[in-house]
Amino acid sequence: MDFFVIMLFIPLVSGALLTVVGEREWAPNLNIIASFGTFLAAAGLTVEIVANGPRFAFGEHFFIDSLNVFFVALTAFVGLTTSIFSGPYMRNEREHGKLTAARLRLYKSMYQLFMFTMLVALTTNNLGILWVAMEAATLTTVLLVSLYRTPASLEAAWKYFILCGVGIAQALFGTILLYFAAERVLGQTGNALLWTHLVEVKGQLEPAIMALSFIFLLVGYGTKVGLAPLHNWLPDAHAEGPTPVSAVLSGLLLNVALYAILRCKVLADGAIPGEFAGNLMMGFGLFTLLVAAFFLSRQKDVKRMFAYSSIEHMGLITFAFGMGGAVANFAGLLHMTMHSLTKSAIFFAVGHATQKTGTQLMEDIRGLIRINPLIGWGLMLGTLAILGMPPFGVFASEFMILTYAMKHHPWATPVLLLALGVAFAAIFGKVQPMVFGETEAKRLPHAPAITPVFLHLGIVLMLGLYIPPYLTRWFHEAARMLG
Amino acid sequence: MNVAIPFSAQLINLFASVILLLGFAMLAQRRVLQLINLFALQGLTLCLSTVVAAVTTGQSHLYWSAALTLVLKAILLPWILHRLVRRLQVKGEVESLINIPTTMLVGIGLVIIAFNVALPISQLSHTITRGTLGIALATVMLAFLMMITRQKAITQVVGFLAMENGLFLAATSATYGMPMVVELGIALDVLVGVIILGVFFFQIRDQFDSLDIRHMERLKDS
Repeated sequence: MDFFVIMLFIPLVSGALLTVVGEREWAPNLNIIASFGTFLAAAGLTVEIVANGPRFAFGEHFFIDSLNVFFVALTAFVGLTTSIFSGPYMRNEREHGKLTAARLRLYKSMYQLFMFTMLVALTTNNLGILWVAMEAATLTTVLLVSLYRTPASLEAAWKYFILCGVGIAQALFGTILLYFAAERVLGQTGNALLWTHLVEVKGQLEPAIMALSFIFLLVGYGTKVGLAPLHNWLPDAHAEGPTPVSAVLSGLLLNVALYAILRCKVLADGAIPGEFAGNLMMGFGLFTLLVAAFFLSRQKDVKRMFAYSSIEHMGLITFAFGMGGAVANFAGLLHMTMHSLTKSAIFFAVGHATQKTGTQLMEDIRGLIRINPLIGWGLMLGTLAILGMPPFGVFASEFMILTYAMKHHPWATPVLLLALGVAFAAIFGKVQPMVFGETEAKRLPHAPAITPVFLHLGIVLMLGLYIPPYLTRWFHEAARMLG
Repeated sequence: MNVAIPFSAQLINLFASVILLLGFAMLAQRRVLQLINLFALQGLTLCLSTVVAAVTTGQSHLYWSAALTLVLKAILLPWILHRLVRRLQVKGEVESLINIPTTMLVGIGLVIIAFNVALPISQLSHTITRGTLGIALATVMLAFLMMITRQKAITQVVGFLAMENGLFLAATSATYGMPMVVELGIALDVLVGVIILGVFFFQIRDQFDSLDIRHMERLKDS
């Protein structure tokens, strides 16, 4: 059996199945089982790729190497834990009368289709299909962001659709220009958008066209990554959508969009002399980091604040990949993993906390540690982890990025330190009274799922203390692919 | 220079200019239904220019993309939009626009920028349609301007689709169209997008009693 085919097949079929069967008692379990199946297939695929090297699937339409299989594994894992988390969370939302059976059906089927589109985007070899899958990922999540049908959530979803639609249109123009550059070398064939063919001739691609193409691609996919100044949709969509959706948007979709930029950067680097693509990414990254850090302290809504924290980390990661080279790429990949796991764990904890207190306003959430010590500690530890406290893994990756920047781009160091410092003060100052302090909150009808929170934080902690050699080899291999 | 431009290339340039002109017309059109008709006309012109390119070059897949454009952009999408407007009973269907002359002037500025950006690139192209790359980029930018200046949700969507038209023109003018599988994927995304938006419009109207997006300006960073 081919793990790859199973991995794409399960979310597609279960998405359709969940639409047909509707909201039943066992539908959340079906969602979890499907995600678990996807995860097992992804794990099998990962083992296969790490052992045997890159491979194609369906002719040359799909291409899996150590770079994208890494994202595939991460996506499938967070997809699984989020589906476990969303079981009790969505039941509670229904008991509170916030969601109806029809909307829960929509949620589950769209969740699986969203997984499918992300997995297609990650594994496709065709840069045109990559665009199509990215756009499809937006479409599947638009109705999820507006799931509560409140005026604020509709506004957030509208903004999400229009801004990402405009952004992704820029990316399409970039893709057209890329095809134009490629077609001059590879000829009028269907192969001219296949990444594996492009990477072989990247030195012959016309630099002028590639430069313009990369600018459009970076701005376009960068909108989805949440790079400033086109990040406006992200805090709204994260704050107004259901928490499981915030967790997958932040933990996965941003990564997939960044992955698209990375694939294009490899081509741009090969075609354009000098560090054009890298410098552009460093600039955007630093700007995003600064903007997000200074917006953090002004937030009142807890999910909004952590959405800005995601923007901040995406800026840092973009900066790391912009610096390029084996060490910075390694640090970037590590930081992406750490951010995905930690941020989704935080959203899980925040989701339960807001359900218990019935509000997302931070000044009304107090004394989580008394209501439920596990949620309280989960949020506290997650916050410490995302702020880069040792011994969590985020510390390791941020330390690598910082030291590498000091060595090669010393001018950026003060900016990085300033932004990280401001972010630390803002987030820690707000989370601390939420966790400790007095409260009178009530019990929830369904016990929250705490396991995913601590599972994620456990992995982040472990990777902070010890990265298995197997993983190091794999990361090195992926970092090498990025040049 | 005294290079004779072949008849087919002249025809394509003519169609491209019509598309650009329609872009300006859409920018100034107040009535929602008229706007949708202009969009359908733009789709039809796009289809015709693709057919001319297909006949001249003998690229068979261009016929397919022309057919796709005709069905999707000149017939299906305008029909869906018309139905939506009728079902939603968009009030008065007239939109107050701020300062049309200024918008037009900004539009002209955008066209000049687009031509300057596209010029060095279209010189590298060897397709007979290369002259239209600047027009394509200008159409994209005009549609973008339309999305910024409009207040009704439906007109923003028409702007979004017009942008898609411009991108399609860019693809045919620079390279004789993207590979078929990609074009089909894009068409599917656009169609699904419009259907989802249709659902979405009803949700917006139920909540706000209007499709005016000025009601949707509450989410801000304090």
